[in-house]
Amino acid sequence: MEQVTVNGTEVQKEQSMVLQKKMIGEHFEKLANAKRDGKKVVYTFVPGNLNELIYAFDMIPVHPEINALQSGMRKKSGDYIQEAEKSGHSKDVCTYVKCDIGMMKKGNIGPTGEKIPEPDLLLLSYTGCFTFMKWFELLKQEYKCPVVMLQVPYQGDGEITDAMRDYIVRQLREEVIPVMEQVSGRKLDEDKLKTLLESSARAEDDLVWVWNSAKNRPSPIDAYFGGVYYIGPIFTAFRGLPECEDYYRSLRREVEFRVANKLGPTTPEGELNDQKYRIVVEGPPNWTSFREFWKIFYDEGVVMVASTYSKVGGLYEQGFRHDPDHPLETMANYCLGCYTNRNLPSRVDLIGQYIEDYQADGFLINSIKSCNSFSAGQLMMLRKLEQRTGKAGAFIESDLVDPRYFSAANIKNRMESYFQMIAAKRASV
Amino acid sequence: MNVDEIIDYCENLYNDLDLNYVKDWKAAHRSKAIGYLPVYVPREIIHAYGMLPVGIMGGGDKLEIIRGDAYFQSYICHLPRSVIELGVSGKLDCLDGVLFPAICDVVRNLSGMWKMEFGDKYVKYLDFPQNFADAGRDFYLREMRQMSEDFEELSGRKVTTEDLNRSIRLYNENRRTIQDLYDLRSEKPHLALTFEVYLLMRAGNILEVTEHTKLLKEYLALVVDCDRPKLDNIRVIVTGAFCEQPPLSLVRALENSGCYIVDDDWILGNRYQTCDIPESDEPLRAIVDSYLSNTVSTASRYDDSEDKGMHLADMVRSRDAEGVVFAAPSFCDPALLERPMLQNVLSHENIPYTAFKYAENTGQIQVIKEQTGTFADSIKLWGAE
Repeated sequence: MEQVTVNGTEVQKEQSMVLQKKMIGEHFEKLANAKRDGKKVVYTFVPGNLNELIYAFDMIPVHPEINALQSGMRKKSGDYIQEAEKSGHSKDVCTYVKCDIGMMKKGNIGPTGEKIPEPDLLLLSYTGCFTFMKWFELLKQEYKCPVVMLQVPYQGDGEITDAMRDYIVRQLREEVIPVMEQVSGRKLDEDKLKTLLESSARAEDDLVWVWNSAKNRPSPIDAYFGGVYYIGPIFTAFRGLPECEDYYRSLRREVEFRVANKLGPTTPEGELNDQKYRIVVEGPPNWTSFREFWKIFYDEGVVMVASTYSKVGGLYEQGFRHDPDHPLETMANYCLGCYTNRNLPSRVDLIGQYIEDYQADGFLINSIKSCNSFSAGQLMMLRKLEQRTGKAGAFIESDLVDPRYFSAANIKNRMESYFQMIAAKRASV
Repeated sequence: MNVDEIIDYCENLYNDLDLNYVKDWKAAHRSKAIGYLPVYVPREIIHAYGMLPVGIMGGGDKLEIIRGDAYFQSYICHLPRSVIELGVSGKLDCLDGVLFPAICDVVRNLSGMWKMEFGDKYVKYLDFPQNFADAGRDFYLREMRQMSEDFEELSGRKVTTEDLNRSIRLYNENRRTIQDLYDLRSEKPHLALTFEVYLLMRAGNILEVTEHTKLLKEYLALVVDCDRPKLDNIRVIVTGAFCEQPPLSLVRALENSGCYIVDDDWILGNRYQTCDIPESDEPLRAIVDSYLSNTVSTASRYDDSEDKGMHLADMVRSRDAEGVVFAAPSFCDPALLERPMLQNVLSHENIPYTAFKYAENTGQIQVIKEQTGTFADSIKLWGAE
């Protein structure tokens, strides 16, 4: 564990967090030098991303959602959002989109202070979120570069059908890959793709081990506040690369050590060993006040033992692994299986299973104003889960990166009442 | 019926949230009814199986939301809460199934809620292709074949090529008649008043297609002889209202504020195809091809073309309109994310516009009326530059 200074405050960080920070720094440096180094840049989305394919063409990915959440954590998103609203974007719509557009209008400066290069290709992986489609239509008007879409059908009936898989494979073969070949100026290197997919599967094995470790008491990880760091490399620019494998090996060793020594996860204020409540979380976190948000929970001795947000880029613990022997089919299955591409009954089933498997005391829904893909239907999910599991759920509202929609006092009040209720219920048993 | 009687009949259908027409139709035909959410579903297929397609566009401003608000946060649009209200209060019990077309994440998730709440009914999320090439065509065709198999089981009836072609023929005729209605309104907006056109279109959500076509034709034949004064109104196009609908009072208010509405995108599913679907040996394929190639431009369809939004400017010119009114439901992702792109096109083409948001139960009409009235005055004073 390391002690580092953030905004003048001493905070505790796990080794893996420090390693990840280094990886991200190097990635943005590569991006800053991409044009000089003759590398092509691909803008694409996190859920259902085709990272291995992008690297098979030796191109570099940029994820606009990640830029937005990093802007949120760096307290810049409020200005960016207002910039977009000034130019005609509605207050009602996704703040990731507005943050990205505002950031672009203000020079597209990334977290390392360097300009993020303009895209050579917009790769629209349209998975689990309608807004993605409009987002890239908007970007298409700003950047004069090719755009190619991969539509991933929604699991409306809670299952993946052959028709869905075939549709994705055909799009990959007939449209996505030819456009990537054209933009990169090279043919698809199938051997390289296979190598990348093999590497992905190994990293996925280690990540699954880490998720499952939360079944221990005390839980050695926080699968939500810590989990968003754990998914960083695999959901974004690193899956398929050796450094990604290194990261997850390192993370696993770190967690193994904590399991062996019955240690809890590291919070910004030290280890959370005295765990009073085990909670499952549905929905993304708030990024603008991330640390304040987290503190509300670790101050109460709450550890998050599973979360759905950490599955937006893949539900590996349900058995999926990238399969190098069937590259296109495996990418199709990956895209189809992401959390927000599952229908509501499947999402309820999954959370119910988490509550049982991780022996949770309850569950929390953080309902995000910006994100209809997650949020529409969550009040019904709350009731269904309470009926099914007999566990009480808490419901709070915030936003991804719009600081106007985060009220720490309201959330704190509500959560304190919720934990008092769980404590009272425990005492009465 | 005279014009007033036709419009009264349509208004009664509009206000009848208990769907008595549907119940009577089912009893008379000993058949089933399939509901669908906006914007578009291939009604021809439902019809071919002898079932009644029923458009569900929310509860409007007549429905008191008692339980629906408990299902949705305040920042979700109004339509799904009124649809849930209709469902849990039993008003949609006469529907044997509901189709949820891919339009946005809210309607998509509503399909899952429907599965959980009304698990005994047929529920289908219709994922349309956003890829309009061969891969999308084959996917959609497989989806339609699957839906047809479902309908075969639901209706207990097999459908022939001729059955499907007959339904295609009837809906083609219906769309052509709607086109006549829209052309007449554009040509003589003082005769075919917008609130009447709107009610006639809403009737198309409920009435069996031949009945609806007959009603439209009656209206078209009669309204041209009405003695109605031509007002000094400007000509506008209304866009953004393709899903959750404005209340009827707002439709009336727009017209009364000095705007003749010469085209719009509400109840768009009833005129989604821009030309006839051909009758053929493969009618399902014809429906699919028509979806891919011959449909209107709207926010729920992916469009990365260089001329995105030009359809609106073209419509302004072809309808001889003087401006555009962006009327979008609050929290409507498709309409509100689309709006800046369309506004850029209009600005570039020097076409004036104004924009407001509404909900299906909006009661504060006066503010909007003043806004569109001011817009009309400004165009009258300075004209479209």
